[in-house]
Amino acid sequence: MPYIPNSDADRAAMLTEIGFNSVDELFAPIPKDIQVKGPMAIEPGLTELDLREHMAELASWNRPAGTRPCFLGGGTYNHDWPALVDHLQSRTEFLTAYTPYQPECSQGTLQWIYEFQSMIAELAGCEIANASMYDGASAGAEAVLMASNIKRRKKVVVSAGLHPDARHTIQTYLKHVEIEVVEAPLVDGVTDWGDLVDKDCAAVLVQQPNFFGVIEDLDQLTAQAKQADALSICSLYPVSTGLLRSPGKAGVDIVVGDGQSLGVPMGYGGPHFGFFATSQKYVRQLPGRLVGESLDTEGRRAYTLTFATREQHIRREKATSNICTNNALIALRGCIHMAALGPQGIEEVACLSRQNALALSEALTSASDSVQLAFPERAFFNEVAFRATGGDAAVLRFKNALAAAGIAGVISVSQWYADMDGVFTLACTEKTRPQHIERLAQVAAETFQMEVAL
Amino acid sequence: MNLTPVPLLFEDSRPGRRCTQFAGADRAAASVGLPTSELRDTPPALPEMAEQDLLRHFTRLSQKNYAISTQFYPLGSCTMKYNPQVNEAIAMQPGWAHLHPLQDAGEVQGALKVMHQLQADLAECTGLSAVTLHPAAGAQGELTALMVLRAWLADQDQPDRRTVLIPDSAHGTNPASCTLAGFEVQSLKTGPDGLTDMEDLKSKLGPHIAGLMVTNPNTIGLFEENIAEICRLVHEAGGRVYMDGANFNAIMGVAKPGDFGIDMMHLNLHKTFSTPHGGGGPGAGPICVTEDLRKYLPAPQVVEQADGYALEVPSHSIGRVRGYHGNFMVLLRAYAYIKRLGAEGLRRVAENAVLNANYLRVKLRGHWRVPFDGICMHEFVARPTKEMKAQGVHTLDIAKRLIELNFHPPTVYFPLVVSEAIMAEPTETESKETLDTYVEAMIQIAEEALRGDEALHLAPRNTPVSRVDEARAVKDPKLCFVCG
Repeated sequence: MPYIPNSDADRAAMLTEIGFNSVDELFAPIPKDIQVKGPMAIEPGLTELDLREHMAELASWNRPAGTRPCFLGGGTYNHDWPALVDHLQSRTEFLTAYTPYQPECSQGTLQWIYEFQSMIAELAGCEIANASMYDGASAGAEAVLMASNIKRRKKVVVSAGLHPDARHTIQTYLKHVEIEVVEAPLVDGVTDWGDLVDKDCAAVLVQQPNFFGVIEDLDQLTAQAKQADALSICSLYPVSTGLLRSPGKAGVDIVVGDGQSLGVPMGYGGPHFGFFATSQKYVRQLPGRLVGESLDTEGRRAYTLTFATREQHIRREKATSNICTNNALIALRGCIHMAALGPQGIEEVACLSRQNALALSEALTSASDSVQLAFPERAFFNEVAFRATGGDAAVLRFKNALAAAGIAGVISVSQWYADMDGVFTLACTEKTRPQHIERLAQVAAETFQMEVAL
Repeated sequence: MNLTPVPLLFEDSRPGRRCTQFAGADRAAASVGLPTSELRDTPPALPEMAEQDLLRHFTRLSQKNYAISTQFYPLGSCTMKYNPQVNEAIAMQPGWAHLHPLQDAGEVQGALKVMHQLQADLAECTGLSAVTLHPAAGAQGELTALMVLRAWLADQDQPDRRTVLIPDSAHGTNPASCTLAGFEVQSLKTGPDGLTDMEDLKSKLGPHIAGLMVTNPNTIGLFEENIAEICRLVHEAGGRVYMDGANFNAIMGVAKPGDFGIDMMHLNLHKTFSTPHGGGGPGAGPICVTEDLRKYLPAPQVVEQADGYALEVPSHSIGRVRGYHGNFMVLLRAYAYIKRLGAEGLRRVAENAVLNANYLRVKLRGHWRVPFDGICMHEFVARPTKEMKAQGVHTLDIAKRLIELNFHPPTVYFPLVVSEAIMAEPTETESKETLDTYVEAMIQIAEEALRGDEALHLAPRNTPVSRVDEARAVKDPKLCFVCG
């Protein structure tokens, strides 16, 4: 049998040695009447060769966006990473270890997590960061829960510019602990807090840049939080800090986000990793695992899991969160990738992504009068919202024409935003090439030309 | 193990060193049109490293870990089994790794086929017909299922049923998930036989009960022999039964939870279905529920339609607990594992896991105290004897001595119902010889403990660091290198 070393002879010898006649006898504690009667209805096993061929066949049914010109964004971006990341992540000493509960034989994992925490804290502009979360959406939910626990208030205000999945996740998480989620609308592409943020409010949350790629005003966010004595939370696109200021430096209290842009394959949406950064003073309210520096009995520097008394395995129903496993292996990719980028590399990624988005917006709006910037007064980063005068029907035709031309792109936002017929987004990264943009503009010109003719 | 200290990245950083580089970046051009208030002055202070130095840094760090690929790793309840290399090779293929989550269904039919078949296979394994692959890990699966329970109770006009019964031997995530789902936890006693105390259960059932969370086999490694009766009693009281599937590998292909009355359960794909633990994730925690609960499952489900596979939101969905469709790349590995093993191979997993655990239990019981010494499932709990404790030897010392003898220790101090617990799970992928060397080591340690050998208190002495001062890490917290 695959992956089982013992032979029938081994099994027989072991059974004899421990005084049993058959493996079935070992299942005696399971009452006979609830044991299955026959084999499961699952196909017979394949050899490794058959399996590889089967998987290759299924993979051929896919049309991966990342292997062709890709303008899809919406929280997951087609960034590049060095071969180093794949190689090191597949080292089995990282891959097949578990949570570093025994620090003496887990210093490798513990040290890289400490380095990861340090680099995430630097990008976030915060004092501390944890060892990672499941993803950006659940990190956002954990952040508002933490704020509600700190402030002992039962209301949070969340920008409508937060990724729709993240907003839905927050609603699901908060519903059962009876915290009210109020949504601050977007006006002309940016969050309008109005007078929603009051003294009942535990947290104010914005995404930077927001779901439409628009850069939000973090000073507004912190001012809103301050006047209500609430905590400010920013969901951050981490590579944007190559060019934009770190939210923590703007006074934001909690910085979370999805780390996919830091060396993680898009992978049909997961696993990515979430990150969580804040001030030292909130360390006891932090969800998730945390690594700290200490000394061993010989006085040598040593790393260990710390502040475990917050966590479910100690605190049970009184824990700060129910999170147990996080996304360590993916955070390791992020760790290696951040170190590989360095200050100059992350600046290059951020600048190129923004430069390409500028070129894209120029090219597309010049291609046809039927497509314009959705929010022409607003600054965007690497993702741009456009509006097609022909509405969603025109957007769909454009998307299909792009697909026919081998280009992946166009997220139609009206599936999440009722008042946005005809609005779609396109995103760029350092992998976007001028010829990709030219080709996209060409397809736009042809498609929207036909619109006019129609 | 690499014993030489590895400096932190930040300490090895030198101005101007580079690894990843891209051509054509122009800060001035990129800044055009951006609000100056949001621009930063200097790039983030990430380390500056050359490529080879980075490679050495992380390679050397990897050599400071125990891993399944280097050591026997009988960490109870975590199922540290062999992680098939072919699954890693498959996951690296661009046809999977480069799929964007918002691509149209028509462009990702292979991925949706994998998810659809995995849903069906997990339903077959558990006897619970409705499956969602959405949750990111076991704990999130628990939380999701409890939210499903809340939704079901609301539809039954029973929203005041707020109490969930949980045995005191359960994982900490069970009660923590209950709190997040808005339930109150009432603890159930473990009886002298290591099983749920039936009288205690009966006395706690009533109109306030929302349900019961049971781990089966439980964390002591015993099958809850009265499980069918437990489920019947909870149902009779108007509640539903959730099974923590952390230990499902012990009964896969032997018994189906749906057949013995379970309504909902999660599976840890990183345990039973062999996806790598990765130093602490990522996992995947699909949940399987009875047909009547399907409509509450989180978004989205994969369904088969006339023109192919599609994503669909169930009619009364509790919503979503994460972004996108689940940890697809973990699901992919679990799918490949099931394909490779087939029905027969999956049952062999349970048989060999249970045989290996009982082999260890019987070989060690003359040397260690095994408090519940009947036939165990995939794991068993031992503890030091009175005579060892009289020598001042604690479970922590045993764990550290095992590290010194080149084994990853079992899970220690869990479950909480056994003081000084040592919970060992060998898994089916270990050979008789490996088990024998572990038995030898444990017998040697037992002898050392009985004579109060100081090696037990000094261990480990051959690792990159010796015992770590955990109190200091809290008293004088250093959680980051000079950042922030």
